[in-house]
Amino acid sequence: MTDTQATVRFHVSARIFHWLTAVLVFAALIVGFALANSLADYATLLMMHKIIGALILVIVIARVINRLRHHPPAWPATVGPWERRVVVVSERLMYATLVAQPLVGWAMLGAAGVPVVIGPLRLPAIAPVDAGLYAVLRNGHSVLAYMLVVVIAAHVSGVLLHTLTLRDGMLNRMTFRIRRHEVAERNDPLTAQRR
Amino acid sequence: MTKRQRLTPSWAGAPLDRRGVLLGIAAVGGFLAVDLGAVLYARGPVGSSDRLSPQTFMDAFRRVHGSHPGFRRNHAKGVALTGYFDSNGNGMQLSRATVFRSGRTSVMGRFSLPGGNPAVPDELATPRGLGLAFGYPGAGQWRTAMLNTPVFSDNSVQGFYDRLLASKPVADTGKPDPDAMAQFLSAHPETARAMATNKQHPPTSGFGNSPYYGLNAFYLVNAAGESTPVRWSLESMAPPGAPVAPGDGPNWLFDNAIRDVRSGPLRWRLLMTVGEPQDDVRDATIAWPPERRVVDVGTVVLDSIDSERAGNARDINFDPMVLPDGIEPSEDPLLSARSAVYAASFRRRSGETAAPSAVQVNAVAL
Repeated sequence: MTDTQATVRFHVSARIFHWLTAVLVFAALIVGFALANSLADYATLLMMHKIIGALILVIVIARVINRLRHHPPAWPATVGPWERRVVVVSERLMYATLVAQPLVGWAMLGAAGVPVVIGPLRLPAIAPVDAGLYAVLRNGHSVLAYMLVVVIAAHVSGVLLHTLTLRDGMLNRMTFRIRRHEVAERNDPLTAQRR
Repeated sequence: MTKRQRLTPSWAGAPLDRRGVLLGIAAVGGFLAVDLGAVLYARGPVGSSDRLSPQTFMDAFRRVHGSHPGFRRNHAKGVALTGYFDSNGNGMQLSRATVFRSGRTSVMGRFSLPGGNPAVPDELATPRGLGLAFGYPGAGQWRTAMLNTPVFSDNSVQGFYDRLLASKPVADTGKPDPDAMAQFLSAHPETARAMATNKQHPPTSGFGNSPYYGLNAFYLVNAAGESTPVRWSLESMAPPGAPVAPGDGPNWLFDNAIRDVRSGPLRWRLLMTVGEPQDDVRDATIAWPPERRVVDVGTVVLDSIDSERAGNARDINFDPMVLPDGIEPSEDPLLSARSAVYAASFRRRSGETAAPSAVQVNAVAL
């Protein structure tokens, strides 16, 4: 049962986008939190954070377009109706937060009247210069960051419980074939012979 | 056996066993420990108790100067100015920044006194601050926060922090504890040396005829990509003025500055002092030798003064790391730290409602 379900994977482009986003968002969050807590490394971390944030914005927009073009595979039978509703809402929340977070970061630089310098790029401001607006956006940037931490923690916990406790192959839907072939070949001499 | 089978739990048709449940809980627990641990370590407080952070500085400013919502945590008392910079084009040999091309750039400025008390009484000996933002809020912006002392008191973040704590006024005298300051100075010879250097440059009669110094070193990068270490300063074009007796009221220095601007624009030469390889760009407590080459790059003019209010210099964070293409930070560790602490102060105060500034331009008689 596990094996037949595990072969139903997300489109390869969706998997690439997923892991790319996962690595970049984790990096942006950790660098962002460290930035808010550092003195000597503040300038370097800020530069890194803005570059990673800009990359995430571009990648997540491309990912949303890709998501509309490739429908995800059917759920395993272990995902009940109410859980589906939770997952659908949290998926949308995650996409919305991932698009909003870099935009809020970009806008708050404009509100502070600071030039938007992303590595070698200088981008236009997307918000009017206004200190009160800056305070709202800056605090919003933190709220969204903590929201992302919570949503990601829930997302990974859910996948781990499905994969390890219910053994429904949930994680395999998002992993790449290469490793599974090796595993399959090592574990199943028949597969190896057939090739 | 039969009893046990009947009780076998399941989830959406998938049977649950003890091994799977424990494995799942262990994996989730392990992931959350690493994930949230990383967040708490990066953001603090885990492992942060021994490190200085922007929050440590916010707390220290509050402890030493009290809580003043809506005001800068340091240099709280100030007045807003506007004017322009007339570049003579000489700076282009050193930097490709647009601001150094011949021509005029708008400037926003702010005179200030250090400390977190927005109503601190003016004193002649208190260091004076001048924040400038060239080309605000444009893309080629350049911000600088200067003092009227040739060198800075500290060459490390820890030194700045320790000096801040040692300067806490004692309740009965209103002055810092002399023992605490003496102890600090014996532990920080660089600050004692900096104070001796600054003592050789007694303050002028007011804000308007003071020199101001950018303190930290920066690199100017020209069109050919050549990088030159510099320190910049403003040399007043007004006469130094007779030593003045302290005027009336707690705002006499600011009141005089308001009258000065009303009677005519304040002018300074903007000077770039070029460092030699033996000049340490990381230590703002050491003066560079007077024989260093100086390039006069133009004139800063401040011709309008206003009380702090929304939209003027009140809302500018004079972050020394806001630099145009053609000016780069040096390796001085204080630059990044100043940027971080200024950002923490700006974030907090921009979300708070401030009482009106102690310096009210309209309240000063003509």
